[in-house]
Amino acid sequence: MFPIIHKRQLSESVFELGVQAPRIARKVRAGQFLIVRTGEGGERVPFTFSDWSAEEGWVRFIFMRVGKTSHELSHLEVGDSLADVVGPLGVPTHVEDVGRIAVIGGGVGAAVAYPVARAMVDAGNEVTVVLGARNEDLLILREEFEALALKELIVVTDDGSAGEKGLVTAPLKRMSEAGALDHAMAIGPAIMMKFCAATAKEHGVPCTVSLNPIMVDGTGMCGACRVSVDGETKFGCVDGPDFDGWTVDFEELMSRQRVYVDDERVADADYSRGCSCHQ
Amino acid sequence: MPSVDDSRSAGEAAPVQDKPRHKPSRAPRTAMPERNAAERATDFDEVALGYTEEQARAEAARCLQCKNATCIAGCPVNIDIKSFIGHIIDGEYADGVAVLKERNALPAICGRVCPQEEQCEAVCVLAKKGEPVAIGRLERWLGDFDLACELDGRCKPEIGEPTGLRCAIVGSGPAGLACAGELARMGHEVTVFESLHATGGVLTYGIPEFRLPKHIVEAEIDSLSQMGVKIECDVVVGASVTVDELFSEEGFDAVFIGSGAGLPVFMGIPGENLNGVYSANEFLTRVNLMRAYEFPTSDTPVWRGRKVAVVGGGNVAMDSARTALRLGADEVFLVYRRTEDEMPARREEVHHAREEGVEFKMLCSPTEIVGHEGFVTGITATRMELGEPDSSGRRAPVCVMDSEFTIDCDTVIMAVGTRANPLLANAAPDLELSHRGYILTDEDGATSKPGVFAGGDIVTGAATVILAMGAGKKSAIAMDRYLRER
Repeated sequence: MFPIIHKRQLSESVFELGVQAPRIARKVRAGQFLIVRTGEGGERVPFTFSDWSAEEGWVRFIFMRVGKTSHELSHLEVGDSLADVVGPLGVPTHVEDVGRIAVIGGGVGAAVAYPVARAMVDAGNEVTVVLGARNEDLLILREEFEALALKELIVVTDDGSAGEKGLVTAPLKRMSEAGALDHAMAIGPAIMMKFCAATAKEHGVPCTVSLNPIMVDGTGMCGACRVSVDGETKFGCVDGPDFDGWTVDFEELMSRQRVYVDDERVADADYSRGCSCHQ
Repeated sequence: MPSVDDSRSAGEAAPVQDKPRHKPSRAPRTAMPERNAAERATDFDEVALGYTEEQARAEAARCLQCKNATCIAGCPVNIDIKSFIGHIIDGEYADGVAVLKERNALPAICGRVCPQEEQCEAVCVLAKKGEPVAIGRLERWLGDFDLACELDGRCKPEIGEPTGLRCAIVGSGPAGLACAGELARMGHEVTVFESLHATGGVLTYGIPEFRLPKHIVEAEIDSLSQMGVKIECDVVVGASVTVDELFSEEGFDAVFIGSGAGLPVFMGIPGENLNGVYSANEFLTRVNLMRAYEFPTSDTPVWRGRKVAVVGGGNVAMDSARTALRLGADEVFLVYRRTEDEMPARREEVHHAREEGVEFKMLCSPTEIVGHEGFVTGITATRMELGEPDSSGRRAPVCVMDSEFTIDCDTVIMAVGTRANPLLANAAPDLELSHRGYILTDEDGATSKPGVFAGGDIVTGAATVILAMGAGKKSAIAMDRYLRER
């Protein structure tokens, strides 16, 4: 059992949980993920680490309340436990001083973008963060990003309720056109990463994306997380989650993410009959 | 579970007495009671029901109790088969269990999944002229007899003086469990690290409930815990902790790696990433480990196809096909590029699959998986014919020109093998590997890294439960020697 020692609500539907997991905390590097299982009969769900402390032996992850498991997670409190926490899994984000980097975090993707931006700053890069969300309420970790030694933090919302109105690709395009970028990192919904990668490619800027395919074991055993990269099949869990955004087949990724949409609705309906937040 | 009148628990020995000379029965081999195909194909309960005490006694009585018992050499772990059958003949069941457990920590499992027909039963003297003794069924019966006892009444192998030495086992599958049991018997302190949330490895995620009930796997593992073996789940050696750290930071004196052959292989044909295409590993893991057949009571879903094509001819292909039927498929096809004679699956599994309604499409090789809007709609395949024998000794399939045809289906399960999982080896660069990524060891399981041993599928590539167990045991003996001579 892994005791929950931290909980924070970041917006109406976004939460952060921290668990005691000393072995994992010692090993984590930016860009890696963990797998969580709430209890008996629970599914194995991957989340990317949002923060950790090797000294204090804890790790944190951020999630949006959408389906059954995330609802269950949102109801857990400090003092409760998670049955299973496994990690750190996946290849860490490649961190080196490449010069001028844009780290783009969209929606809950900001949770992954934060440790990545921090690592990039620590490696000596000049880092601009583009933080995007549908509206101000869904913007997360703004203060945390502000506390990093960034070149600039650009906030973008679809409806203009915070920062500039529009999509995260707009500032990426400006920077690329100005020749002010050596590398871009895009982390967020598949559709956002697809357009970021396309924008970066148009201007010859290399673009790394952190993919979020469906997984089961997360250790390479099942192959549920297959993605096509440069015409080759890769496993998101052991070959990724970071890939070269120029060559990822995003249409396939988005199609594969939708396989269980109907089942998820069934599971959620089954669960919500007994759930207070659904009434 | 077998019902017996024997009032003694499996842990107690029988009093020694003069036995009358055994006169072998000439009855035919005792059939295994099974649930009928139509009924069993709709649920996940066990297919083979196991002998009753009466049937076990009748079958044991067929044994000739040969002076030179060839069956023993036919067993990869050299169980004293003659002796345990002798104990069944004499009604000394607890003693029979003790004989089994001397060599095999998991008899109820091996009795179910070992390919006895190629091993002990193949060399049974009775097999020369007729049907061999059903050694596997008798092993299962004794194993179940032991598990039917209360935990502390079960046969507990004698444990050696504590040595104070600590062994780490990577993986709680058959290789790891066999190695752990052996080391614990020798008096070493043993911790097993499992990467998944449940123990058993392939016994849990791979082999379906209807062939190997999970309560049997759990009960066998409980017996190991009784011997002092500690098991820690959710630890991915190579990620959560490296092999070097097991020595330097966690204080282990020797390590055994039995992590299995993890990565599923695909054919490399177009359309394999369409929705509805599974690796057998994923399909079986969803159903067995995650219990998708109980969805939505359990949280993990599985795509329930109406027309399912399983590609492959091994036991994993049979398990996948039979599982698909149980999930409610109207039609399940087995697509294999050779003929039934070349299938690596056990005859019994092939027979069961056919009986339950799996349709065999032999001599077909898929060339493409076709789909519509991201989902599978069929397989395009070429007809094959058998040519000259290849390196495996089997006749190689050769394409028939212009013979392409389509099989309509909404699900495809690829059961065409596995390869080595690089996760652990990547974190231990000084571990010598074969060109295919498997760990290289000497005959006793010692790797290129001092104090590190390995066995099972991560050394041999995909093989059987009993071979993995044999390798685990062998490594345990070598580890013990290494620890004492160090």
